[in-house]
Amino acid sequence: MPVTSRTQTTALERLNTRENARPRVAVHKFSSCDGCQLAFINAGEALLELAQLVEIVHFAEAGPMDPEAAVDIAFVEGSISTPEESERIQAVRANSRFMVSLGACATSGGLQALRNFNADGATGWTEAVYAQPEFINSLDTATPVAEHVKVDLELWGCPVNARQVFQAVRQLLFGVAPVVDKDKLCVECKRQQHVCVLVAKGIPCMGPVTHTGCGALCPAFGRDCYACFGPAENPNTTSLSRRFEGLGLMPESVAKRFHFINSHAPAFRTEWLAWKERS
Amino acid sequence: MENRDIRIEVPVLARVEGEGALELSASEGRIDTLRLRIFEPPRYFEKFLEGRGPQEVLDIVARICGICPVAYQMTAVQALEQAFGVQASPHVLHLRRLMYCGEWLQSHALHVHLLALPDFLGFDNAIAMAGKHPDAVRRGLRLQRLGNDLIRLFGGRSVHPVGMRMGGFHRGPDPDRAAALLEELRAALPDAEALVAFTASLPLPDDEQEFVSVALRHDSEYAMYSGRIVSDRGLDLPAKDYLDHFRESHVAHSTALYAHLDGEPYLVGPLARLNLNHDRLSPPVRAALEATGLSLPSRNMFHSLIARAVEIHEVVLEAIRLLEAYRPEEPAHVPTTVQAGVGCGATEAPRGLLWHRYETDAAGKVLSAQIVPPTAQNQARIEEDLKCSLEAFGLHNDDDALRLRGETVIRNYDPCISCATHFLKVRVERR
Repeated sequence: MPVTSRTQTTALERLNTRENARPRVAVHKFSSCDGCQLAFINAGEALLELAQLVEIVHFAEAGPMDPEAAVDIAFVEGSISTPEESERIQAVRANSRFMVSLGACATSGGLQALRNFNADGATGWTEAVYAQPEFINSLDTATPVAEHVKVDLELWGCPVNARQVFQAVRQLLFGVAPVVDKDKLCVECKRQQHVCVLVAKGIPCMGPVTHTGCGALCPAFGRDCYACFGPAENPNTTSLSRRFEGLGLMPESVAKRFHFINSHAPAFRTEWLAWKERS
Repeated sequence: MENRDIRIEVPVLARVEGEGALELSASEGRIDTLRLRIFEPPRYFEKFLEGRGPQEVLDIVARICGICPVAYQMTAVQALEQAFGVQASPHVLHLRRLMYCGEWLQSHALHVHLLALPDFLGFDNAIAMAGKHPDAVRRGLRLQRLGNDLIRLFGGRSVHPVGMRMGGFHRGPDPDRAAALLEELRAALPDAEALVAFTASLPLPDDEQEFVSVALRHDSEYAMYSGRIVSDRGLDLPAKDYLDHFRESHVAHSTALYAHLDGEPYLVGPLARLNLNHDRLSPPVRAALEATGLSLPSRNMFHSLIARAVEIHEVVLEAIRLLEAYRPEEPAHVPTTVQAGVGCGATEAPRGLLWHRYETDAAGKVLSAQIVPPTAQNQARIEEDLKCSLEAFGLHNDDDALRLRGETVIRNYDPCISCATHFLKVRVERR
């Protein structure tokens, strides 16, 4: 039995026992479009203020580089889609006190999760897209971070916005558990007094099953919500699908409403598979 | 001579989008092999698009890149309208150009101030730089925010905006918000103008190289949303003939495809555009450019930074002009139909020429899609540039200096690796 184990401390343990330091924050990127990190980079003055409140130790796109640093809060953008990523996410978790998954790719696998449950699989698609498929090292699936490691807070959205991200940071700095509103988009849409596109125009809007947080942007533009913020709490997807069918959508089209940006989220995946079988 | 092998392992390249690494081996002051490895994971966008209708295509392609989603939507809408035989109205084309100005403004302001400037002012990053140069950083953040606000006017948010549709926009800009933004842009004009002289005053390295510039060219405008594909070697073709001259190939060390023009590397992006289209700049921008003494065409890739500043000035002026001419009463979209067809689109993304091709069925669903992003087109040129630049810089320099110079060279192209995958560990082997 190793006798050294009691005296050796991990980077995280040393971090936890340090005194009077600014919280350390990292932003890690996995398979993604880089758009969720922009919630920080586009924040302008708020980003400079954040850099005063916390120590940003790793954020490659903005400059600071220290991917293996132990941190208080790790923001993770992107889904896990390669063997390298499935190892790296374990290391990030081991070095982080709080882990926050940032955006659709990290919380649900994102658009690239459309490769999952695909008859061809990633292999078939690699052959179709790349001339030399043997050069590509990719997993068959793109999966959310929480399927690999424990995630303390999930921020949904494609993309997440500065309000969500800074609210979470602020709450964590105050030492309270962040509260995320998981209501349906309809609630926000009604509050803003937009005309309901589903009722008034017969457009297959995903608002009734979609997680709020975007500010009801699509209905404000007179178009259907396409569920980029993922499923809300307790979504009645079956009922909404029947409504879509009543509007004249073919089963294949109903299936595609769910098989989109958050296709791997269980509530949407189940509904997609049910309508795919009928089409 | 002493033989030594040196390996530098530097984490992912900072201040670019995505992930890559640089490997080079050198002997007796010359580089034998050099590879820019891109290992951004593949995301298979061209396959997701199959079977999707036009609105889904616009909502999907935005997600290829968080920094230039508008460029992807613009190019896709142009290609699909061509396939469907839809002709956008002059009003819609004005609005598209106005929205595109927003993306150029935010992307260039971000690049110049937050990503590139630390290299020339001697900082690791903009956050560290903000303490010493608060005015420069704040100016960048202000211009970037204005660009984002302009995109929001059309799409509700600046990343993956929701307002675009076939034939135009779901809704035209709100007149009150448009008027407020017009005032802000007018107030920012001195910032934009001063930026040209500021970038020209920076200690940019002097490094002349031979390369081919490729960009869109328009009859009267500084090309952004439309034009013919031209080069400084006499190439001149419509978007639909792109594949006759440009070829993508795949190499082992990268998940991004490499594009070549008639077998040669070429440059797309701000400097290529400025080299080919500086006569299309508006008079105040031309005057600001002339005052710097920069002679065009330029063969110094480091002038890309000045080119971005020039384009910031141009798009602020252009956005002011277009907002002044905005007529909210005009329909924000034209009627559209779908049909089986083939359409190609080419626009100027902030990073350079972006090309799409779609084949659709009678219901307007995509049968096949092909997308060639700017960074894939620049990749061969970046490698060529690195080889020249690092040899000219001198391989006797220590590894840290070589890495910094290499990164600076790569950042000139503002590479968007997420798009191209379709950054930087440096491994130098000296023999």
